[in-house]
Order: sequence, then structure tokens, then C-alpha cells
Amino acid sequence: MSVTARSIDFYPANLSFAMKVPRFSDRRGFALWVYVAVLAAVGIATFLVLLLYQNIVARKAEATQHVFRVVNVDDNTTDPVLWGKNYPRQYDSYRRTVDTVETKYGGSEAFQHLDRDPVWRRIFAGYAFAIDYREERGHAYMLSDQRETERVHKFKQPGSCLQCHASVIPAYIEAGLKAGAPAGKEHREEQIQKGFEVICAQPYTEVTKLVEHPVSCIDCHDADTMNLRVSRPAFLNGIRALAKSDYPTPHLPSIERWRREGRKGEYSPNSEANRQEMRSLVCAQCHNEYYFKGEKKLVTHPWDNGLRVEQIEAYYDKEGYKDWVHEETGAPVLKAQHPEFEMWSQGIHARSGVACADCHMPYQREGAIKVSNHHVRSPLLNLAAACQSCHRIPETELKARVELVQDRNRALLDRGQDAVVQLITALADARQAGRSDEQLKTARELQRKAQWRLDFVYAENSMGFHASQETARILAEAIDYARQGQLELKGEAPASPAGSVAANE
Amino acid sequence: MKFPTTRIRVLLLLALASTIGLFAGVGTYTFYYAEGLSYFSNDPQACVNCHIMREQYDGWLKSPHHAVATCNDCHTPHDFIGKYLTKAENGYWHSKGFTLQDFHEPIMIRPKNSTVLQRNCVSCHQQIVAEINTHPGQRREMLDCVHCHRDVGHGPIH
Repeated sequence: MSVTARSIDFYPANLSFAMKVPRFSDRRGFALWVYVAVLAAVGIATFLVLLLYQNIVARKAEATQHVFRVVNVDDNTTDPVLWGKNYPRQYDSYRRTVDTVETKYGGSEAFQHLDRDPVWRRIFAGYAFAIDYREERGHAYMLSDQRETERVHKFKQPGSCLQCHASVIPAYIEAGLKAGAPAGKEHREEQIQKGFEVICAQPYTEVTKLVEHPVSCIDCHDADTMNLRVSRPAFLNGIRALAKSDYPTPHLPSIERWRREGRKGEYSPNSEANRQEMRSLVCAQCHNEYYFKGEKKLVTHPWDNGLRVEQIEAYYDKEGYKDWVHEETGAPVLKAQHPEFEMWSQGIHARSGVACADCHMPYQREGAIKVSNHHVRSPLLNLAAACQSCHRIPETELKARVELVQDRNRALLDRGQDAVVQLITALADARQAGRSDEQLKTARELQRKAQWRLDFVYAENSMGFHASQETARILAEAIDYARQGQLELKGEAPASPAGSVAANE
Repeated sequence: MKFPTTRIRVLLLLALASTIGLFAGVGTYTFYYAEGLSYFSNDPQACVNCHIMREQYDGWLKSPHHAVATCNDCHTPHDFIGKYLTKAENGYWHSKGFTLQDFHEPIMIRPKNSTVLQRNCVSCHQQIVAEINTHPGQRREMLDCVHCHRDVGHGPIH
């Protein structure tokens, strides 16, 4: 033992006569130190074990208790703060949609598209989007951004816009009851539909006073059961029309089942669709293509023929619909909105049963609880949770693969933009040179086709990722139609007449 | 320093013994509360004690292997020592991860455990795969069965 050695250090050799007593006392002192050390070690170990015990108790408690109702929320509660008291975990992430982050091609920063890609000023000439076309920010800003955009300030807009920019359902119900819809919870859908018709026809600046909050809990959830629910009346009308068509929907099996079982009554996602389908359909309520039908400006989805770009175009052609007349060329053109639902429907992820929420609201764990992340955002900002539960490869590789798809799409888009703008220039020149409307008719039709396709890909918020092959097909058609238009103006009608380039069924 | 009397020494030792006894008691109770003994069993229920494996467990309940293999049959070596060494090592990492909440998500199998898994596939299916097995016996050069047969044990996780 080192006790002796240490004692010698303390008591030099010439004091050896005194060594016996201190040696004896020192050994006792050491024993006491060992005693204290053991006591302290056992104390600390006990402390740590109790900490562990407490941790296990907490995890076990988390696993048994998910919801604690602090306040009552019902179908009229639009204020997310109140819901947040009952569902603090979901609310925490929901609030984070205020964050603004830019990805390579999108994200949630409100950059001006017209500055980044100035060609769109010409493509949209004569339309409100040529004045202000900012990138969408997060869900938290949908209402304030809509109130601020120059498209609302400098142009008169209908109340229709409200359907997807606010937590609007209670306002619809109130307006519906006032307009004579039957009262009672069982008539909820009728009340909403009626109120929707009334509010769409009023000026936006008036009806925006009826709402307070951007998209909120009530827009996707039933207040009693928290089950997913779709309420947007235009979407319910649209998906019913889609169900009635023969458009194949392998990604929405409940529609196929409804058709198989004899197409009884109306298809309703709320009673027919399974939970995984609902995890897409609640998003599809707003992330879709639509137009304002007739004088009453009713928001309507053009899905009677199906969800593909040319099927939607055929619907508009049949309705004789145009969004505006192009200022430079006089062509009756269309504006694509944000056809995410339509484009997702064409892609491999939809086909494999992956829902919007799987990537944009992936599950995250908090302790022993699994929560859907309500911070809806680009999966590129959350690659591990969004992709890796299926794709077991490193995040850097995942990001590289996504951006490869997007880079290729962007390259095709650039070519498409050039082609469409060159057709616009050629058409404007021909018009200036005094050619008649009759002489310009075919070229204008080709501009409508080309521009619609280009815009369909540009306006869709995934830079080609939701369905890369489909966007490439659409852009190839856009370029082809634009070039056919230029040939037409030169008097060199292309070998295949316009419109013959149809998609394979 | 004054040397303590025998009486005090006995009292001090008694206090020490009580403290160690208390620690042992608290430790044992924590072990019991955490269902520590279940981890020595073969019961798949033990693997969902900590709730992380809920999806895998639910998937396994419906999977083709449900009737013939439990978690341990695929995820631990079939010999006694290897089995408990693997259990001990993974047990350490799992408890550390779940207590400190510092693991990668989604959870992914480590290469070492992947090797165990692959060996176990071959161990049961060797008659079928003997002819098609690449690099038999070469731990990491074999193509993993689950590379293609991904859903046999438990389905994909959402």
C-alpha cells in the first residue's frame, strides 16, 4: 500500500522516532476516507438510479396518456391557440410554419418569381400575376399574404379566394344558415355549400372581414374525434366529379371501390376513404387546380375527365373558359394554379401509397409518443424523418437525388420558357403586321396549349419532384406546341396537326 | 485525529450497510419496475416495453414470419453465449438511447446486427438459398436477403 510511502513523505527519516504513532492514526484516517468515499459513491449511485426510475416512469406515463382536454373545442373553434391547449405537441410544431427557409428552388421565403424569372412578366401580360407573383410562405402567413398581395390591391377579386386562405368553415355555416340552409349538425355539409355559394359571389375585401385565422386545426380535424375530415365544399364537389369519371385512381383505392360497388349515391371521402388516403386528401382540399365558374365565381375543380394536364385542358376547352386574353398576342389563355394534388397523383410515391403527410408532416417522436409533425414544409428541410423511414441511404445522397430530379426539370423548364416567349414574340409581331384574327387563330390556340403546360409545371410546387416523368412529358409537349405555333405563323404547317400529340392512355 | 470508539465504528458500519442496502433495494425495484427480467426472455412483448419498436412489433404481428420466428430468432445469434452477448450489447445501446433520447431517427440497424440477421435468414433457409448465395460465409460481402425481401419480418415503417 502507498500508505507507508506517503507517511514517509510527511515525516522525514530523521524523525523516525515519531513515526509509529502517526502511522497508526493515519491508517485509521485513511479507513475513514474510504468509508466516506463509499458512502458518497453509493449515495450518487442511488441518486442516479432514482433519476433513471423517474425517467422510466415518465416514459411509461407518456405511452398511456396522449391527450388531456383542458378546454372544450368544437366545430366552431377556429382559434388554434385553444386547440393548442389540448394538443400542445401538435400545436408546437404547427406554430413553426412561421419559419421562412429557402431551398434550392422553393421553400417558404416570399421571393418575387417575376424578378427571378422575368420571362413570366411577358407570359402573364395583361393578368394580375404579371404585377405580383411571390413564392408562398408557410401556412401561418396564408391569410396575411393574401390580404397584402398586389393582386388583391390593384385588382378586384371575388370572395372565392377565401376558401383556401382562411379557416373559413364556420363563416360558411353562418352565411349558409342565413341564406336558408336547414339547421342542425346533420345538415352541416348543406350549410357549408350554401354559405360557400353566397360568399364566393361577394367582393374579397368585404368577406375577408368574416375570418380571423389562417388554416387551423378545424380545417383538417373533426373536433370531437380528432379524425381527419375534409370540409372544403369545392373539393367535395370536385372529388365527386372525379369519382364519377372513369379516370383510374390506383392511389385512391376508396374511389375505385365505390365505382366497383355500383357507384351508389355520391362518393364522400369522409365516409369512404381510409386514414392513409385522408392523410393526402386533407391537403388536396387546397393544393390543387381550380377556376372560378360563371358569374357567381364559384370555386370549381376541373376534374370531370381526370387529373392529367390535357384532361383538365379538355374540360376548360369544353367550357369555353379562359382566365384572360393575352395582352400582346390576343390569345385566350389559362392560368395554372398550384396543381400539387394532380401532379402527386401522377408520381411513383402516390402510386406506392405514400401520402402527402408522410413526407411533409413525417412522424416525430417525443419521448414515447409519436406525433405527426405539424410544421408542414419542404421535405428537403427534414430529410431523415421525411425519407429515411423508407429510403435507408444517407441524407446527403437523398438530397443529391432530389436535386438531380429538380435540376433536370429546371433545365427543361428554361427551354420551355424560351419556346413560349419566342412564340409570343412571333405572334405579337404577326398581329402588329396586321394579320387577321382568323389567320392567327391556330397559332393562338397553340400558345394556349403551350403556355398552359409550361405554367402547369412552373406553378406546381415541387420543381418536378412529385412526378418527374410526367413533368418532362408535359414540358416536351409545351415546347412542341410552341414551336408548332412558330411554324404555323411562318406558313409552314407542321407535319402533325396541332393537338395530335396526345398522351398515351 | 482521535480514533473513534468501537461503538461509533459499529454505528458507522451499520449506516454504511444500510446505505448500500437502500441502494440495492432501490436498484432492484427500478429493475423490476422497468421489467428488467423480461429482457432475458424470448417474448416479443419485451421488445415493445420501451415503445420505440411499436411499429416493428405491429408489423411483425401481421407478417409472414409471425408464426415461425420471434424477434430473437432473427435478431440474436442462435447459440447461448452469442445470444446473451448480443442482447447485452444492444440492451446497453437501446437503454442509453431511450433514456438520453440521443439516437438517430428513424432508427436503423447497425452493420453488426445486420450480419446477425443475415446469418439467421440463411440458417433457416439454407436449403433454398445454398445455390444462389453469394459469398457464403463472407460476413459483409453477401447480398442481404432483406435487401429485396424487406417486408418479411415486419412491414415498412411510417
